[in-house]
Amino acid sequence: MMAEAGLAFLWLAAALAMLQLVLGILGVRAGRADYVSALRHVAVLQGVLASLAFIALIAVFLASDMSVKLVASHSHSAKPWLYKLSGAWGNHEGSMLLWATILALSGAAIGLFERHISAAMKASTLAAQAGIAIGFYAFLLFSSNPFERLIPAAAEGQGLNPVLQDPGLAFHPPTLYIGYVGLSVAFSFAVGALITREVNASFARAMRPWVLGAWIFLTLGITAGSYWAYYELGWGGWWFWDPVENASLMPWLAATALLHSVTVLATRDSLRAWTVMLAVVAFSMSMLGTFLVRSGILTSVHSFAVDPTRGTFILTLLAIYIGGALALFALRISTVREGKQFELVSRESALVANNLIMSVILGLVFVGTLYPLFLQMFGKQVSVGPPYFNATTGPIVLFMAAVMAAGPLIRWRRDDGLSILKKLVVPAGLTALAAGALVAGANGIGLLPFFGIVMAVGLGAASVAPLWKRNLRRTPLFTWGMVVAHLGVAVALAGMASDSAFMKERLIAIKEGEATSVGPFSVTLARVEPVIGPNWTALEAELNVVRSGNTLTLRPQTRNFTSPMTETSEAAISTQLDGQLYVALGKPSDDGRWQLRLWWKPFVTLIWLGGIMIALGGALALIGRLRRASVAEDRKGWAV
Amino acid sequence: MGSMKRIWLWAPLLLFGAVVVVMASNLSGQGPRKPVSALVGKPVPRFSLPSISPDPAQPGLGSATFNQGSPRLLNIFASWCVPCIAEAPQLLKLARAGVQIDAIAVRDRPQDVARFLRRHGNPYQRIGSDPASQVLLALGSSGVPESYVIDGRGIIRFHHIGDIREDDIPEILEAVRAASR
Repeated sequence: MMAEAGLAFLWLAAALAMLQLVLGILGVRAGRADYVSALRHVAVLQGVLASLAFIALIAVFLASDMSVKLVASHSHSAKPWLYKLSGAWGNHEGSMLLWATILALSGAAIGLFERHISAAMKASTLAAQAGIAIGFYAFLLFSSNPFERLIPAAAEGQGLNPVLQDPGLAFHPPTLYIGYVGLSVAFSFAVGALITREVNASFARAMRPWVLGAWIFLTLGITAGSYWAYYELGWGGWWFWDPVENASLMPWLAATALLHSVTVLATRDSLRAWTVMLAVVAFSMSMLGTFLVRSGILTSVHSFAVDPTRGTFILTLLAIYIGGALALFALRISTVREGKQFELVSRESALVANNLIMSVILGLVFVGTLYPLFLQMFGKQVSVGPPYFNATTGPIVLFMAAVMAAGPLIRWRRDDGLSILKKLVVPAGLTALAAGALVAGANGIGLLPFFGIVMAVGLGAASVAPLWKRNLRRTPLFTWGMVVAHLGVAVALAGMASDSAFMKERLIAIKEGEATSVGPFSVTLARVEPVIGPNWTALEAELNVVRSGNTLTLRPQTRNFTSPMTETSEAAISTQLDGQLYVALGKPSDDGRWQLRLWWKPFVTLIWLGGIMIALGGALALIGRLRRASVAEDRKGWAV
Repeated sequence: MGSMKRIWLWAPLLLFGAVVVVMASNLSGQGPRKPVSALVGKPVPRFSLPSISPDPAQPGLGSATFNQGSPRLLNIFASWCVPCIAEAPQLLKLARAGVQIDAIAVRDRPQDVARFLRRHGNPYQRIGSDPASQVLLALGSSGVPESYVIDGRGIIRFHHIGDIREDDIPEILEAVRAASR
């Protein structure tokens, strides 16, 4: 009953999306104001119906209704309730429904709250949103129905991939999806602006909160995903340049560029065509990400259930939306007047530099991710690995850090080089000091990690420079946001460079009672014993770790899940002030030895701390912008 | 200048079109993708596994089994694997068609294997036990079920990934026939 209700809500939501599209087109073409005002209600209702469908799906998962095919194949009655809940979106159909629901809700939010753009542009934006939504509803209803019944019902479910049975991962996909969908809103705005020919500063101001919001969630999603892969895969790495990871990185890179160019457009009315292009690219990347993950045309360590027919469907949607938007771009952008000009030495130029660097990194990741696909056309199988990505993106990231250090210190419109250099004296001095200290104290580290640490120090110092000699309480919140986010980049960069420069690794096979050492720790394998969990059994090692007199106990496991039968490695991690000790338990050998993999990773935690700071900076900027917008609104109201 | 600029505006669309073509060609053509196994044409890796068969008379399974002159089908399965249940009737058909089938049971227990075979039929001549998936990995297999056609000289001729469906049977019979030449 619940499943049928969910399906009915889904059909109704799809019907309302059709209505939204038609009303939007008619409203814009015929200039019917009554259609445009009706749109708002339609968008809200569509949001409500899609949410009801998603709630119905959650309900069948929580009730473990094994007569629903999706529940039977992805859930299990013995599973903890949190994973029954996350099981609702931990699979293809459910995640697509989540996508559509977030999309519908953001359409409703535009309908309710957006007041900065013309009625015509709002109508065309909502029409574009509806156009995207229809594609996803069609996908759900015709090829990925999450409410399909299983007759006769299964006696028991087939579980959830145990690697995905993790609290962090339960909320990882929704976070990324909110980011992806936020970019779809930016895309709809861009399409709306192209249709109404209103590519201007007010369009940028309307689009900016969506870009910022999407970017915050993407940042959090990538940070969480990186930490998840770090502690769950048991390989000691935090980024594997895996296609699935790249699929989430590419939209982030595009969104980062868009975030900076939309600021130029909103503040200075420059970069009109480029900003529209970036909005299209950012959404293309999020669609491409969904496509790569869901179609399985790339092989990945994150092996999700894949199906080529679904890939075809998503590819078709991708071709229609992006192709349509690019054609619209080509037809319309020449009618958009050129924006304002700016001097070579100016904040605008620095932001253009950011955009170019982000685009280059995006291009490198894009080529590295899709190159194997390209070769596959000619029957060759290759995989492009970390060596390519590190070697190509590493130096560019360092260059970016230098531009980032200077950018916020440059004034809008025009500035002179000398005054910028003066402001950079202190950061440059600190950079030189760091370089000297590294040469003296840590000789023999690689070139990239060396410059990584040095640039992180310089960037960190330069990031807080915009606050110097300012009244901190009167400093706008979005300036704080920029400072925190840029500082976060410096912190993350320091963590990455420190991990690769100073990481100590030990692979060893020892018997119970034997000891080894890694970094500043001495580690004794006390015993290995079986332990039993709710739906798994495991072998658990007890390790006594001593560091300068202090002892602690670590318990890494290899877990065996029963349904489906899967083995996972649960690494044990001890977080210290100056880094993490990371231990994974491997296989036993015939002579009673146990394989242990130990890593001492100095300051590795800075990577994720930096990621959180970047997102926090985004949140501060978002709050600052929204608050200023509402203050402006109030003043206007008062003046009237 | 104006018309040159117009033309450039279409460049993103063309580039995008090229990417779509690449991706579409990867999706179609191969249908559900069949990676070409790197092991086809190579000798079976050396292994020797104890028997996990319910029939105590059956010997274990080793790479030497595949050196005896006639082609054999090596099926990797497990009693805990659901697709293997779906595959079982097709293996029985192949056995009736005269294909000699051996198996490797991955991470399994004798009593579970016996129950599986009682319920779903036993097409196997020998069943080796691979408790730590060592041989599975050596064979370049990514999981259960997978099947290999190995000729009488121990060379892998054909690799089927996933469960064998009804419409795969002609292809496998053809591979066995080709391997006996």
